[in-house]
Amino acid sequence: MSSVIAPYRPQSAPEPAPVSQLDVNYLNASYGVKSWLLTTDHKRIALLYLVSLSLMFIIGGLAATLIRLNLLTPTGSLVTADTYNKLFSAHGIIMVFFFLVPVVPSVLGNFCLPLMIGARDLAFPRLNLASWYVYMTGAALILWVIFSGGVDTGWTFYTPFSSKASHTDVVPALVAIVFAGFSSIFTGLNFIVSVHRLRAPGMTWFRLPLFVWSLYATSVIMLLATPVLAAVLILVGVERLWGIGIFDPALDGDPLLFQHLFWFYSHPAVYIMILPGMGIISEVITCFSRKNIFGYKFVAFASVGIAVLSFLVWAHHMFVAGQSAYSALIFSLLSYLVGVPSAIKVFNWTATLYKGSVTFHTPMLFALGFIGLFTFGGLTGLMLAALGLNVHVHDTYFVIAHFHFIMVGGMVMAYMAGLHYWWPKITGRLYPEMWGRVAAMIIFIGFILTFIPQFVLGYQGMVRRSHVYDPQFQVLNVLSTAGASILAVGYALPLTYLIYSLFRGKKAGPNPWSATGLEWQTPSPPPTHNFAVQPVVDCGPYEYSLQSAELGADVHGN
Amino acid sequence: MSKIKTTEQIASASLYYAVYIALVILTIGTVGLSFCNLQNWHTIVGLIIATCKATLVALFFMHLLHSARITWLALFAGLFWLAILMSLTLTDYLSRSWLQY
Amino acid sequence: MATRNASVRWHHFDSLQHQQESTTLGMWVFLATEVLVFGAIFTGYTVYRVAYTPSFEAASRQLNLLIGGINTIVLLTSSLTMALSVQAAKSGQRRKLVRCLGLTALMGIAFLGLKAVEYYGDYRDKLVPGLSFDPVQWTAPDVHPSQVQLFLIFYYCLTGLHAVHLTIGIVIIAILAWMARRNVFSPHYYAPVEIWGLYWHFVDLIWIFLLPLLYLIGTRDRWL
Repeated sequence: MSSVIAPYRPQSAPEPAPVSQLDVNYLNASYGVKSWLLTTDHKRIALLYLVSLSLMFIIGGLAATLIRLNLLTPTGSLVTADTYNKLFSAHGIIMVFFFLVPVVPSVLGNFCLPLMIGARDLAFPRLNLASWYVYMTGAALILWVIFSGGVDTGWTFYTPFSSKASHTDVVPALVAIVFAGFSSIFTGLNFIVSVHRLRAPGMTWFRLPLFVWSLYATSVIMLLATPVLAAVLILVGVERLWGIGIFDPALDGDPLLFQHLFWFYSHPAVYIMILPGMGIISEVITCFSRKNIFGYKFVAFASVGIAVLSFLVWAHHMFVAGQSAYSALIFSLLSYLVGVPSAIKVFNWTATLYKGSVTFHTPMLFALGFIGLFTFGGLTGLMLAALGLNVHVHDTYFVIAHFHFIMVGGMVMAYMAGLHYWWPKITGRLYPEMWGRVAAMIIFIGFILTFIPQFVLGYQGMVRRSHVYDPQFQVLNVLSTAGASILAVGYALPLTYLIYSLFRGKKAGPNPWSATGLEWQTPSPPPTHNFAVQPVVDCGPYEYSLQSAELGADVHGN
Repeated sequence: MSKIKTTEQIASASLYYAVYIALVILTIGTVGLSFCNLQNWHTIVGLIIATCKATLVALFFMHLLHSARITWLALFAGLFWLAILMSLTLTDYLSRSWLQY
Repeated sequence: MATRNASVRWHHFDSLQHQQESTTLGMWVFLATEVLVFGAIFTGYTVYRVAYTPSFEAASRQLNLLIGGINTIVLLTSSLTMALSVQAAKSGQRRKLVRCLGLTALMGIAFLGLKAVEYYGDYRDKLVPGLSFDPVQWTAPDVHPSQVQLFLIFYYCLTGLHAVHLTIGIVIIAILAWMARRNVFSPHYYAPVEIWGLYWHFVDLIWIFLLPLLYLIGTRDRWL
């Protein structure tokens, strides 16, 4: 059985309430469908998002499965060219707009942010609920579009194909994405006002957990970039509905204007996706090395720096599209700059690990996987920022491999790390640790097998978004698909054992990881109002040095 | 926690009327100037006058003058990011003719 | 303290004032996002304006400056009454509050009415790409019909989006007026009036910039 681990308790924390069978928490405070669908509790809203986002991930993953199956043969015998176009469009739209952008802010952010700052809820609880309904409307609409014929424009909707030539349901898809965008604006607004106005006494800016810093930076990006996306998608819709030409070169319009406005959102969007993941890594690395983060202020400011710099690099997606050479030069230089704050974070995480007391629980395995894969993917990003190389690999599988390394090898692994880390807090149950570690290894191996071949394919010249390819590329494609099947198994595992743990998992105490942070000072699962007494903060967020020395066994007595 | 300025100061109605008169005068001015032959200066003059009007509305009607620092920061952030969008986009369009491929 | 006010404080704020400051900040943050929605369309407009200046100036001259100018004054006046509403709410003058909110909404409706008249006039003058447009009318040197159409499309997108925002504002102001009649607001609790006042002023701000950028970019010689 598990040995007693002295719970982390800073001098000022309130006494944890006694755990008893009759304890009321946010899950059992009220019953019935209405109490969930009309809730304003940020924790319940986080769970609503968890369910819907998991569903979207599965659907997006199914599209990816069909893509990879089709690419087993060079003649693309599984689906027609048209269907293939619709498949990669569906995969991109769902994964970008309906999974990666909302997942960490709306699930883990919604759940943890008020707890981490010592508040009873977010600043605008009803707005929070509204953001979920707006998201669901967009999600329902995009699923309707996809299953009733789909769009074939790619998730990038380049004009004039999307505004003039495509024969698919482009306008409903655009409306759905605008809805998803509004949902993220509401969430970001909520986070920013909450961090400014609802921090507990003593919680100064530099005592905030780094997850909160990253969510704040993410919210800044969400608020400033998403409106531009809404505007440009509306313009495309107007052009399509009224048959006029805003981006149509035949009518003196410029297709590049669409690309400028589109990427002004979509590049910061990738930082919306990755920044919360980086915040999770900061939390997990410190906890499972029992060490304060190395260079707290550097990591905090790096988050803000990434948020600002991310807005200055968008045209690196357009190097070969026809922009002026001087403009390309400027954006190339700025793209190199944006790698610096990310690198600072990687250095600081590594330094945190150094001489730490490292244990390899599931969240830590995912986090370590993140650091390796994100760094590798980030380096290939610098390669893409070089104008000369970009000309060679643009629109090849090199680009695809690069962003999947960041998004899947990076972001999804960070999400897995956070989900496992906070699972005891969210559900009051422990997941089976052995299965967690197995899943982490399988995902890591499957991922590498899937995407490393794609770097080689891209460099050798295999073009993206094509359902057929030159037969010389078949071996690597088969390898990649084999890896994808392993990856699928890897993702199916957490789905299974996490749900299993809801019914048969060991009950978790308030702080199974002996972690610092206000969210661990309240029962698992937390009561509806989070804290019985408002906490008062008097130390930094990662003061593991204050902890008592009895740290031997882990929670499972292993 | 930063000091939060509260909006206790209830501005008198006469201040609002004065600002309003100024706004109307500026509007008449900007419309009138459009009938003069300013050639390339129309846009700049128009934007300057519009900025003056906007400043009056923001400072007095929207109580920006008495608002917390974070409010100023929010507004500044929106305007600054718009400036980024416009200027970097224009670097492309304005420099296209400099280098003929 | 009236019991009606006591029930509106949300449980996670320390006081009504704390709540009010937070909702005001929330609205300002939202307005920053609106700056970028309109700003994105302005950016597109600017790109084409720089490239196609003669066509844009020629098209701008055809817009109805009389209605445009009157509408500007109407909107400025509505901003005045909105500011007076907030002041009335703060000082507990219920009847003045209802009156000023009502006037604000009415002037918003007047703006929309005049805009509709203007749009109909544009339609009659063949200034609507896709619906009623005659390329033959645009024969001046350096003026190209397709570029003129670009100007007009941006004109309708910008003023249309503005009108949508204004309509939402009118509905909300009307609801606030109705709530004020039922004595919901007081010097302790007037946050909704304040924050939707901010929204209304912002809609006015957008129009303040639309006027010179759409109607006044070239030397005008006529009002209509």
